Amino acid sequence: MAAQPMHWLPAKAEDFREETATTRTIVFDASGWSGHLAGQHVDVRLTAEDGYQAERSYSIASPPDGQRVELTVQRVRDGEVSPYLVGEMRAGDEVELRGPVGGWFVWRPEESGPVLLIAGGSGIVPLMAMVRQRARVGSPTAFALLYSVRSPDEVFYAEELSRLSGQGDGLNVSLLYTRSAPEGTSRPVGRIGPDDVMGVNLPPRSDVRAYVCGPTAFVEAVAGLLVAQGYDQSAIRTERFGPTGG
Amino acid sequence: MAGVVTRGFKGRRDPSAPKLPPGQYLTRDFPVLSAGPTPEIPLDQWRFTITDETGGRHAWRWQELLDLPSEQPTLDIHCVTKWSKLGTRWEGVSLDTLLSSVGTSATHALVHSYGGYSTNLPLADLRDGKAWIAYRYEGEDIPGEHGGPARLLVPHLYFWKSAKWVCGIELRAEDTPGFWETMGYNNYGDPWREQRYTGD
Repeated sequence: MAAQPMHWLPAKAEDFREETATTRTIVFDASGWSGHLAGQHVDVRLTAEDGYQAERSYSIASPPDGQRVELTVQRVRDGEVSPYLVGEMRAGDEVELRGPVGGWFVWRPEESGPVLLIAGGSGIVPLMAMVRQRARVGSPTAFALLYSVRSPDEVFYAEELSRLSGQGDGLNVSLLYTRSAPEGTSRPVGRIGPDDVMGVNLPPRSDVRAYVCGPTAFVEAVAGLLVAQGYDQSAIRTERFGPTGG
Repeated sequence: MAGVVTRGFKGRRDPSAPKLPPGQYLTRDFPVLSAGPTPEIPLDQWRFTITDETGGRHAWRWQELLDLPSEQPTLDIHCVTKWSKLGTRWEGVSLDTLLSSVGTSATHALVHSYGGYSTNLPLADLRDGKAWIAYRYEGEDIPGEHGGPARLLVPHLYFWKSAKWVCGIELRAEDTPGFWETMGYNNYGDPWREQRYTGD
């Protein structure tokens, strides 16, 4: 029964997309990549010229797509790896990837129940992989995304989210601004609350599944909110980002 | 895969940095990883139960746990997501103390938590001063998101084995994989041998 260990695969940076002033998406070509599920993460290994190595774990932002693996990385102040990935890395540069990792915080298209996604800040990344996977396979599953951000300039994937939710095919996206909102936003600026959850119109039916990802305090608050509103504890899947020194 | 060099990556190396298990980096924060919501556990309903392989049950209420002799270990902890935190200070009851009243010939343990989480390990890894049921962290009650009111500590294995919100240990004649152990993570999880995932 012993499974084969996963190997480190060389992965070449092919393209970059700026997401915010401190965040960018890196498109890797990882030869030999076995595919992944939306929501999984991957270990990344960087090797300096003298052989020194550093490893980190990042959520995958892209849906399964052959050898293509996209990571969205936010620069961590005083970090060792993220400043390189966000600021230094150029097309053609190589890292190694090992994965995919994690079998719990994932969404599979064959699961038909409605899905509630709640992201705080960079917690959007694995949830975006789910949104993209839904679009990629043309799934009719109802998705509601609540995305909490401080201000408009901190929104990742803004155009793509606007385009996908504008197709009227069952994806609803609500941006919840906690510090400053664009002009004309009707929701008062502030943290996510019960009204935001009730507003998505996915009542806690037995087949609704919720995925919550963000900083620890955000996930604690949102998971508590969902339990208080009657969502089943076992239907709430969480993934938390501490400031991990990366 | 020798030969991959990440052009322009220098890294931050600190010659005075303590030795960490392979692939780990040091953090001073205490990141939180949980699969679901933090359960509410009223202390007057809290129980910790060791069930032996014949079904015999040995249970402790909250105050009974606090009344047992406690230890104050200072521990290095290693998370499979690659962070390590050194010198964390805990207070709790050694599993040796709890197991001393339990006659068993079981070889494996399946640890259960409030909220439904489980994790497995050989029973030997809970004995001989290697594991505790902890109820204080850095001099305070353990916060809920870090596993309070009580969590298992088995610091010589990756930290997911140190089950938060622990409610019981089932002693078994066979090994039964727990929650993460059926989700692609290693069955044993020794950080010094970098046993992160299935097959490592």
